[in-house]
Amino acid sequence: MSDNRTELSGFGFFRYLWRQLTSMRTALILLLLLGIGAIPGSIFPQRTQNPMKVREYFINNPGIAEWMDRFKLFDVYGSPWFSAIYLLLFISLIGCVLPRSWEHFKAIGAKPPLTPKNLDRLEFYRVTNADKAEALNNAELWLKKHHFRIRHNPNSISAEKGYARESGNLLFHLSLIVVLIGIGMSSVFGARGEAIVNVGERFINTPTSYDNLSAGRFFKLEDMHSFSITLKDFKAEYDLATNAPIDYTLTASVSEDVEGPSVTRVVKVNRPLTFGSTRVYLQANGYSPLVTVTDKSGAIIFRGAVPFLPQDANLTSIGAIKIPDMNPQIGFIGSFIPTADRSASRGAFSSFPEALDPHLLISVFQGDIGMDNGVPQSVYRLDTSNMERIGLKELVIGESYSFNEVGTITFDGFTPWVNLQIVRDPGKGYALVGSVLAILGLLISLFTRRRRIWIKVGDVVEIAGLSKNNIEGLEKEIADLTTWLEER
Amino acid sequence: MSSISLAYLSNNLIYSALFVFTITFFLYAIETAWAVRGDDSASRQNVFDRSKTAKIARIATALMVLGFLLLLAAVIARGLSAHRVPWGNMYEFSITGALAFTGAYLAALQKYDLRWLGLPISIAVLLVLGTAITLLYRPSAPLVPALKSTWLVVHVSAAIISGGVFLLANSIAATYLILDRMESRGGRNAWAKRLPTLEVLDQLTYRLVAFVFPLWTFAVIAGAIWAESAWGRYWGWDPKETWAFITWVAYAAYLHARVTAGWKGKKAAWLCLFAGSTFLFNYVYVNVWGTGRHTYSGL
Repeated sequence: MSDNRTELSGFGFFRYLWRQLTSMRTALILLLLLGIGAIPGSIFPQRTQNPMKVREYFINNPGIAEWMDRFKLFDVYGSPWFSAIYLLLFISLIGCVLPRSWEHFKAIGAKPPLTPKNLDRLEFYRVTNADKAEALNNAELWLKKHHFRIRHNPNSISAEKGYARESGNLLFHLSLIVVLIGIGMSSVFGARGEAIVNVGERFINTPTSYDNLSAGRFFKLEDMHSFSITLKDFKAEYDLATNAPIDYTLTASVSEDVEGPSVTRVVKVNRPLTFGSTRVYLQANGYSPLVTVTDKSGAIIFRGAVPFLPQDANLTSIGAIKIPDMNPQIGFIGSFIPTADRSASRGAFSSFPEALDPHLLISVFQGDIGMDNGVPQSVYRLDTSNMERIGLKELVIGESYSFNEVGTITFDGFTPWVNLQIVRDPGKGYALVGSVLAILGLLISLFTRRRRIWIKVGDVVEIAGLSKNNIEGLEKEIADLTTWLEER
Repeated sequence: MSSISLAYLSNNLIYSALFVFTITFFLYAIETAWAVRGDDSASRQNVFDRSKTAKIARIATALMVLGFLLLLAAVIARGLSAHRVPWGNMYEFSITGALAFTGAYLAALQKYDLRWLGLPISIAVLLVLGTAITLLYRPSAPLVPALKSTWLVVHVSAAIISGGVFLLANSIAATYLILDRMESRGGRNAWAKRLPTLEVLDQLTYRLVAFVFPLWTFAVIAGAIWAESAWGRYWGWDPKETWAFITWVAYAAYLHARVTAGWKGKKAAWLCLFAGSTFLFNYVYVNVWGTGRHTYSGL
């Protein structure tokens, strides 16, 4: 017992582990585990994709959700166990592929193996009555013509073809490592964020312009490209029958530098703006009602466009307008209806996403907005817990509403807003090159057939072959070679 | 021709294809039944004319080619009616999928004797087309903005062709398992006698998968490139992406198991069936009930 233990201790044990890890069996198990491990992420809501759904899940399944969270079932693809599977798989892959690459490299120019003693035990063995004296020379001619590697032995020739199979195989696996490096670079050096910008406004690429920004561990502020985008115009086109969007077109004046000259560019869903490794995507859109709020003396307290968030496919949008400068404070909860319609069951609703007949429904609240206690608030929501409703009104463009002798709100119009997604991804080039090389490697390895042919001249001329995986075509090649020898 | 009349033409062509495939199905059924009876009465070979079944099989195959062409025309007309490639919703994916499946079978038929698969294939195509017409049908409509890209053609065509071949490989792997069971229980029955040996089926499954695996890899990568330009990231673990990845991993495991670890026969066939079912699951579940960005079923 103790002997065994000493054998497995220290370096020996490490080597044992390494052998196990880099074995094909382990790699296969890890590969299947990776597939199975990815499943929960497609079944349970994920924080990275839909944090709202995760919150909902917690509310609907109290108790069990906390336990699931302990196993990171809501962050599957960033979880330690999922990372463990793919890191082990890649270590296993590297441990398997690097030695094989070295072996394969050494085998460049290597000669095919010696002719076995008994050819009749191999595949497609045949004997021909071809001319013995010329058989080897003729065979060599044929084999060279068909790009076989040749080894001359006394009274026989060994030939082999299909070394590229292993080259392709290794290229494929090495490329996967390049893809992984690319993904790693994206996550540590990259950054992505979003900003809602009204048409007519200018977006300058600095952290304060973002509504949210998440950056990798090694992302530095100097890495931020200093572009600016002024939104000139936004057009959304919808299908009249189905109300589905057909096309979004954003026209913007873009400058690489905040101070620099600007050019006009068109941005579409599949056509982002590119600044080096940073790209700007058109992700979502909605409406910002333009309102003016005056106090009872008629002085303008607030005037501007307030982005509202769409709630349905016809872009019924809700939002909040907060006026902390009035005393007592005033807040509005608004509902913007692009194409107003009315039904008994639903009340006012939007029947088309384009603003053909925009209405603004507002509830006026008076009291404490709650902005002074330091707790961050959503700009789209009004906390009415310390407020009292003092008015309710449906407005069309140009219409005003005086509430309770306190002030007046005027619905001046609207402007569209777009949600810009700004992504810096310095690793995607590596991932792309790795992917393309991987496909190339796959094609080479799956469509190259490795096989050997031997010709031996003794009492008779013998021919036989050997292939891995019973590949097709070797039988025909040997038949062709035989015919060639016989016809010479 | 106007969009609407093209859409009608497409629908009529689909019905015609359905009709032709139904006849194909009956012919294959008759052929199978007769061939089986013929094998049973091997002692009375002269009574039963074997050439008759071969003739019926030929007619059935010819009709299947006709069905394929009608379906092809239907898919093209559908695309012309909407001024785009006809891959905007699940109805369109399904009719194109049936086209790819039939095409994969007919192409494989050029190289291998797969007439015995004609019956199950015609049943599968009938089921897919039937579901498409009754449950999935949506009027021809323009694409949503995210789908407006050249990558739609590249990504979706690669995915659909891969799917067609995966399903064909699955049919053969399933046949392998059925026959394997039969043989271990004392031998093939009359129907199974005319099917190829287990070894041939095993080889054929492997060849189909090895042939189409690079295409599937390409479909996934093309999807990633497209996602980068439409959604701002090339990989986001969207349910469809996740399942495409699972399918890829499963087929990669199959190829490794088959080539390197020397798995053959039953174990490999099961693994192939598992991989194929992840593809089907992705198509049906994620499109219809799934969340995420790939839910274009229009249901």
